[in-house]
Amino acid sequence: MSDKKPWLAPLLSVLFLALLIGLWQLATKQEQGAVVVDDEYAALIGAAAASGGKSAMPTPADVGAKLWEHLSDPFYDRGTNDKGIGIQLGHSIARVLMGFGLAALVAVPLGFVIGMSPLVYKALDPFIQILKPISPLAWMPLALYIIKDSGISAVFVIFICSLWPMLVNTAFGVASVRRDWINVARTLEVSRLRTAFHVILPAAAPTIMTGMRISIGIAWLVIVAAEMLVGGTGIGYFVWNEWNNLSIANIISAILFIGLIGMLLDNTLARLARAVTYKE
Amino acid sequence: MSAPFLKVEGLAKRFPGERGKSDLTVFENIHFGIEKGEFACIIGHSGCGKTTILNVLAGLDEASDGLVIMDGKEVRGPSLDRGVVFQGHALLPWLSALKNVEFGVRSRWPGWSAQQIHAHSTKYLEMVGLGHAMDKKPAELSGGMKQRVGIARAFAIEPKMLLLDEPFGALDALTRGTIQDELLAIVQATHQTVFMITHDVDEAILLADKIVLMSNGPYARIAEIVEVTLPRDRSRATMHHNPQFYRIRNHLVDFLVNRSHDFANGAAVDHDPLHPPLVRPGLESAGAEILPLPSAQQQPPHSNPTRIHKASA
Repeated sequence: MSDKKPWLAPLLSVLFLALLIGLWQLATKQEQGAVVVDDEYAALIGAAAASGGKSAMPTPADVGAKLWEHLSDPFYDRGTNDKGIGIQLGHSIARVLMGFGLAALVAVPLGFVIGMSPLVYKALDPFIQILKPISPLAWMPLALYIIKDSGISAVFVIFICSLWPMLVNTAFGVASVRRDWINVARTLEVSRLRTAFHVILPAAAPTIMTGMRISIGIAWLVIVAAEMLVGGTGIGYFVWNEWNNLSIANIISAILFIGLIGMLLDNTLARLARAVTYKE
Repeated sequence: MSAPFLKVEGLAKRFPGERGKSDLTVFENIHFGIEKGEFACIIGHSGCGKTTILNVLAGLDEASDGLVIMDGKEVRGPSLDRGVVFQGHALLPWLSALKNVEFGVRSRWPGWSAQQIHAHSTKYLEMVGLGHAMDKKPAELSGGMKQRVGIARAFAIEPKMLLLDEPFGALDALTRGTIQDELLAIVQATHQTVFMITHDVDEAILLADKIVLMSNGPYARIAEIVEVTLPRDRSRATMHHNPQFYRIRNHLVDFLVNRSHDFANGAAVDHDPLHPPLVRPGLESAGAEILPLPSAQQQPPHSNPTRIHKASA
């Protein structure tokens, strides 16, 4: 059915969105003019406070206006606590990519060795089993003490949380390469290095990419929390800062952007994964 | 040269038994030889260790005992001298048919230019009739085409010997027939030395010069070696008109159905594993007379096929 009507699913999506916004609108509807205060009092303590029970919860229109404001000028920089959302997201993305990249540089070669050698696997397994379930944020104080730089500590936390899925998946992918393919390389007297790069790596590539996709997802989840802790820049810091400003519209905007960037990161990795996937 | 091109001496495979139990011996005392340019098939029930023997010949597996000598050198580990066609084709699925063949060719002749490798690989793919499908990935090829690529890959490295592990087992009967004909033509043209595992009696008679019959495992051994006494230019279309075909076929089927399990039970007391009897069904004067395999000092049977027969007559 869905094949014959390709527009049906998007139409339903739009309907759901409209329903959501409608409910939101209803929930945040303001009782206008219920409280009347003195003009001078209002000027003194601010119109919002003066009008009494007005909630800080913004209406969809408020958030829409905020979103437009962010989108129309995403890269301004007016001091420490007033930077465009584009700059904040840029800082977060840079940290995630750096931590993720470093983790990949360690996890893929190490996973290769673990996958190829049952001995190394057995020797390192206890470490992996214990280190893997640790919340990456638990490393934060240790990182801050050792590294003494909040920015690099955040990168370290991303590195640690990206490491395990890539390591475990690479090792699994390498260990489960079909025996036949390795035997083909052996009977053709292909050198060990060429076998690693031309047989094992392409054979394990889809599994390695799966690990990378999980890693980047976790990294993007963790960066928000990490930046709330370390402060300074980044989308996590922005959210926390706007909480202190009680600007819920800004927080909701940031949440939407976080989701959007997370989706883009995941899609990019999915596309890379498709490029290395093979059909048997 | 008196010794055969490939010589298998006292090969055995044992797996260590679980606590306290004795070792499991799959096969032992395996002796046989293959001459240069000879096509040998090995037939036996599942579990007799055929694939293990092939893997030992390929250098992929190690025997518990005994040794394999090819062309005067002991087989230790895999080598480009022995091309292997795997049961499940074992093509690298992320490479096209051509790249799969080139992968081996590049390893065989590392000094060759890309054009040389390409031309050589193309030649062998065309030989198996895949000139039109060279750029396809294995997933886009049918089972028969995949196995053809596997054969082209093994032939392209121009090995001294070809090892085929039941290469047509997974194919339908029609495809199998076509590829058998192709293999037959290629082998006849190239005089390739071949060792092949098969379950198919007709396939063995069509392709082989001699058929090694294995008794059932455990303690499997070579029961006898059957010489295929049909003319070498046989074909699938005409082979079954030759009365000799049925004599050989009946002998093989009779062995597989009735006699292959006798050896493990110790029924064949006078069986000499060092010299498994050489049988030529239908050509013995009185039924299945058993002839000893000539020892290493004698002329190999292939180079002088009438010799043994005369000696027995």
